[in-house]
Amino acid sequence: MSGGVDSAVAAARAVEAGHDVTGVHLALSKNPQTYRTGARGCCTIEDSRDARRAADVLGIPFYVWDMAERFHEDVVEDFYAEYANGRTPNPCLRCNEKIKFAAVLDRAMALGFDAVATGHYARKGEDGLLRRAVDPGKDQSYVLAVLTPAQLAHSIFPLGDTPKDQVRVEAENRGLAVARKPDSHDICFIADGDTSGFLKNRLGTEEGEIVDAATGEVLGSHDGSHQFTIGQRHGLGLKRPAADGRPRYVLSITPVDNRVQVGPREALRIDRIRTGRPVWLAPEREGPFEAEVQLRAHGEVYPATVHADADGLTARLHKPAFGVAAGQALVVYDPDTTGDAVLASGTIDSTASIEAAGV
Amino acid sequence: MAYLDHAATTPMLPQALDAYLRTARALGNASSLHGSGRTARRTVEEARERIAEVLGAKPGEVIFTGSGTEADNLAVKGIHWDRRTGARNRIVSTAIEHHAVADAVAWLGDHERADVTELPVDKLGCVETTELAALLDERADEITVITCMWANNEVGTLQPVEAIAAMAAPHGIPVHTDAIQAVGHVPVDFAASGAAALTLSGHKLGGPTGTGALLLRRDVKATPLLHGGGQEREIRSGTLDVPGIAALAEAVTHAVRTRETEAARLAGLRDDLVARLRAAVPDAIYNGDPELRLPGNAHFSFPGCEGDALLMLLDAAGVECATGSACSAGIAQPSHVLLAMGAEADDARSSLRFTLGWPTTEADVDALVAALPEAVRRAKTAGLT
Repeated sequence: MSGGVDSAVAAARAVEAGHDVTGVHLALSKNPQTYRTGARGCCTIEDSRDARRAADVLGIPFYVWDMAERFHEDVVEDFYAEYANGRTPNPCLRCNEKIKFAAVLDRAMALGFDAVATGHYARKGEDGLLRRAVDPGKDQSYVLAVLTPAQLAHSIFPLGDTPKDQVRVEAENRGLAVARKPDSHDICFIADGDTSGFLKNRLGTEEGEIVDAATGEVLGSHDGSHQFTIGQRHGLGLKRPAADGRPRYVLSITPVDNRVQVGPREALRIDRIRTGRPVWLAPEREGPFEAEVQLRAHGEVYPATVHADADGLTARLHKPAFGVAAGQALVVYDPDTTGDAVLASGTIDSTASIEAAGV
Repeated sequence: MAYLDHAATTPMLPQALDAYLRTARALGNASSLHGSGRTARRTVEEARERIAEVLGAKPGEVIFTGSGTEADNLAVKGIHWDRRTGARNRIVSTAIEHHAVADAVAWLGDHERADVTELPVDKLGCVETTELAALLDERADEITVITCMWANNEVGTLQPVEAIAAMAAPHGIPVHTDAIQAVGHVPVDFAASGAAALTLSGHKLGGPTGTGALLLRRDVKATPLLHGGGQEREIRSGTLDVPGIAALAEAVTHAVRTRETEAARLAGLRDDLVARLRAAVPDAIYNGDPELRLPGNAHFSFPGCEGDALLMLLDAAGVECATGSACSAGIAQPSHVLLAMGAEADDARSSLRFTLGWPTTEADVDALVAALPEAVRRAKTAGLT
């Protein structure tokens, strides 16, 4: 129970469904004061209080579990390491993979519980497959697509069949004080929302060049390649406009020589994606198959042909994508009118444009 | 449900509750001069006399407060502030004080540059006085106040308050003792102890929450925390809580007068709990002094288990107890008491405190012994996070 409206209503629904429910709030920082910025994030003292208050209203026991060390090792350190390697991580996904449905679930099972219920917007079908929520704007199946079938079997998502605005109404009707609490959008461990400053604090600053990818011309400088994401357009700090007057985007980041290459939007165009070792949420498939893939949270969906092997997934997109960053997840969906089912996912390692390569 | 957390709070004694309700129906501010005021005043003064009588104090030494925490703060800060000079700015405390004392002392250190000496404890949780003796020999003039609890609230070990007071007496240094866990459970005689100030709290002995008292010798001054109407020797302003005070007096006198038989009964139950718990969970470690401890206190470490997990599992099984540790923002911290006793950090997080009170019966012990082995098995599987 994060202290937000979603997990509070999820807990209420779990109680109503007849489960023997215990509320758990995760303490994710050894020093919660440092994360304290009002209603933002999910690990402040006020959030813990809000969660406790909701649990009291529901009449369920409530405990704070200290996961600060695990969270730091598995999520925050990974976040630094990925940026240091010129990649763009998704820490929410990592938290689901390593903390909420791993460390927390393991501990819960050991203590005699049967499952972890969360306020994520996703559904589990009769077939046990993970499916998109009915509310397309809130669907969180993407950040849950790292769960193994075993983890999924012990997960409950009570909110998947309800639009968010109805969840708020329900919270209000249930007398939960968090009904009108604003949603959290920021990365919970970066309280002030300043990701750039957070990364500089740890990874330091080092001046490097911003280079035109086509001509090799040095266009400007930056103070650390970890400050950039593939596809980024703003904040490049380039004095002179491009010759053709069109905006320039980050095309590649090479931490080894601290170089950032920029170029026009067309150069971001890719249609082939390779991932690291896949996670299968559905029975594994061999050979190429048709599916839809999603490349970032709440991002666009692309029809694609997917090849799978033990080491990774390869997706050939049927329409090009722009600005796909390594470190994000490629999630493979089986389109379905009752809710697209997640088949597999993998962390994106590389992208390519077959067209550009002349294939 | 088996409630084994009486050191956190214990139900009001029926006679205390009766006294509360009877008095709460009456009108009157004890500071008013008219008839209603005089009636209220009489209730308060009789309560003061009764408390003084059973605790070896003079009525004028009883200062009513709104809690034990307030009385602790008043004693530590008040006496320190009154006695401090440029050269005299040192507080002597111990490593195992309750937060009401420890944090008041730390605050004076952090915010007012008080020097702090923290006396260590032995592995049974008893304060060692060697360092104090040396300090008194060399720098007694620097000390404003010495504070040492009468009995530890976590592990139950009784403390050498009388010895410390005897050491301090030749130097004229006032000794405060937080006796919140002791009054009504072990013999407490204020005058005989040699202490200059003693804290007690209502809700730990069958009185109402929100009541407490500081016994403060007449020759010892304390700078007030609260300024206002000048009640309580002008040391603690605020309209007197007449029903609370009446109920507190009822609870204190009852607890002290029945102490000998009740303490023997509780110690018997406790010894039974300890023996049966050890049989059920052989690797449990019994903490604190096995002899010189509070009669209703049993404190254990369960190696490989997290205290929080055990508490949750026992709660689910209908047994209520406490972890030996304090919370910081909801996160369990290793107990400072166990750490001071030399425990490893993991062991200090793996402890539970069971405390018995006047309503406790053998059935409560039965429930604990029945639920504990399964809870320990599961908590061990979950391990330490």
